[in-house]
Amino acid sequence: MSTKRRKHLGLAVRYLLLILVFLICVGPFLWQLSTSLKGATENVYSDPPKLLPEHPTFENYKKVGEIIPVWDYALNSLKVAVANVLANVVGASMAGYALARLKFRGRKYAALVFLMAMLVPGESIMIAQLTTMRALDLQNTLTAVVLPGCVAALNVLLMRNAFRNIPEEIEEAAVVDGANVWQRYFRIGLPAVKGTLAVVAIFAFMGAWDDFLWPLIVLTDDANYTLTIGLNFLHGTFANNQRLVAAGTIIAVVPLIVMFACLQRYFFRGVGEGAVKG
Amino acid sequence: MKTAVTTPSDGGAAERADRPGPASGAGAPRRPGGSRVRTHMAHSPWAFLLPGIAVTLVFNLYPFFATIWKSFTDARTLAPGTFVGLDNFQEMLNDEQFWIGLRNSSLYVVVVVPCMVLLPLLLAMLVHKQIPGIAFFRSAFYTPVVASVVVVGLIWVWMLDERGLVNAVFKTIGIGPVKFLSDQWLILLSAMIVTVWKGLGYYMIIFMAALGNVPRELYEAANVDGAGPVRRFWSVTVPGVRNTMVLVAALSSVAAFRVFSEVYLMAGQDGGPAGEDTTLVMLVQRVGTGLSGRVGYASAISLVLFVITLVLLLAVFAAERRDKK
Repeated sequence: MSTKRRKHLGLAVRYLLLILVFLICVGPFLWQLSTSLKGATENVYSDPPKLLPEHPTFENYKKVGEIIPVWDYALNSLKVAVANVLANVVGASMAGYALARLKFRGRKYAALVFLMAMLVPGESIMIAQLTTMRALDLQNTLTAVVLPGCVAALNVLLMRNAFRNIPEEIEEAAVVDGANVWQRYFRIGLPAVKGTLAVVAIFAFMGAWDDFLWPLIVLTDDANYTLTIGLNFLHGTFANNQRLVAAGTIIAVVPLIVMFACLQRYFFRGVGEGAVKG
Repeated sequence: MKTAVTTPSDGGAAERADRPGPASGAGAPRRPGGSRVRTHMAHSPWAFLLPGIAVTLVFNLYPFFATIWKSFTDARTLAPGTFVGLDNFQEMLNDEQFWIGLRNSSLYVVVVVPCMVLLPLLLAMLVHKQIPGIAFFRSAFYTPVVASVVVVGLIWVWMLDERGLVNAVFKTIGIGPVKFLSDQWLILLSAMIVTVWKGLGYYMIIFMAALGNVPRELYEAANVDGAGPVRRFWSVTVPGVRNTMVLVAALSSVAAFRVFSEVYLMAGQDGGPAGEDTTLVMLVQRVGTGLSGRVGYASAISLVLFVITLVLLLAVFAAERRDKK
């Protein structure tokens, strides 16, 4: 009886802790959402704070779109994210396939190029990358935002490991059947690594959508801003209007939260794979 | 694992299948007959590697070597500059901002890394046990990881406002108001809190995988020996996930030393009062960008940044090896 009671108590404590951590992790998002829905007449600094808006309204979302072209910025972010996904999925899977499944002279050196690139933090080369973009006349373009990470070395190595797990016999059988290397890549390779491809795609989207430092230094004209840079600008200019900043941040975060809700297990899997290799 | 994959990647595969079609078609005519015995033509591996190698060489490795070279020049944004030997490094030694940046970035490592090694482990232990609703909590704890650092930073700027939610809570227990965002050290501390808060879920997932590999019998044996929860944690859990702790220490120390966004958002682009909150990456960004950017000097600071991250990595793994002996 007493052990049973102790078990119940333990479980209750566990749930209490879970709820506490939940409030810490998710509470700030909910508070931001609540702030974004509070109308101009409602005091956001009220004491004690009002957790729920009295008269929920979307006027802040309309207003933030009038002050900065927030929907254009969102579109820019979307373009950058989609381009990053496509380039990484195509480029990393092709390179990974060659490193894992093809034997050729210089393979070790090719792998070394990606390994070296992974050891160099982006922050330590960003000024030179900026100079490179200027030399290519790409400064202040969305292309420049995408290019440096568009075939990330980590993704190449992730894909290489995934392709390595395909049993040799399957490919040998295809060779006997006369399949050339491209056919094997498309018909045998890619279908076998769909899970890793999904991980690469999701993290490429998230990485591009969330990125801040590189777009901040490469984009100088506010017409080309991505959403994160636009938010930073909004914060700098209208810092005292918490409702507007809140609305802007909610616009930026909702797409990713929806994506996360739908594709959770790939996010979790990606953390495992990326961490082991990174 | 792979068979479990469903719609999203299926759609993607179908899409890709028609797109690169022309590429494989173009490859075929180049191939004369009689190559059937070989598994591929000699040039095709490089065709596969071309996009990846080209991007990596042009936009990652070339800039890396350019950074090394430029650090010995007085290059500016609009001038290629000339060789000046070690001038930039000498200037660094006398540059107060450099030492402030080095101090703040190092402090970030010292405070953030122990939190990242311990708190996510405790969190992983909390969500490890299969109880009803646990999947919901795991996902919820991961939410801050998904959000952009800018979103997260701005949310906390509002939370930690002098009249924000945190101070409202503090008031009910008779503290404050705490001026999180105007004192030099409190700004840095606030940024660290944001970094840890955002990283918790990420490292939690890593620790969850590690916890699954700790043999249950060890816990049972410890129970039989009458070990309490604290004792079990230190003598069973910690040794069991040791390798993962080292990995997390390595990952989080490099990440912490490279900190930019959190501090930039909380302290402002000038790095807080009198620039005292500037981190090393903030300094690189400030010195090296803009029309009058000092590319040479910024490259020299970048090089120091790179060397320190490398040393941090080596130090973590060296410490681990020494511990094992």
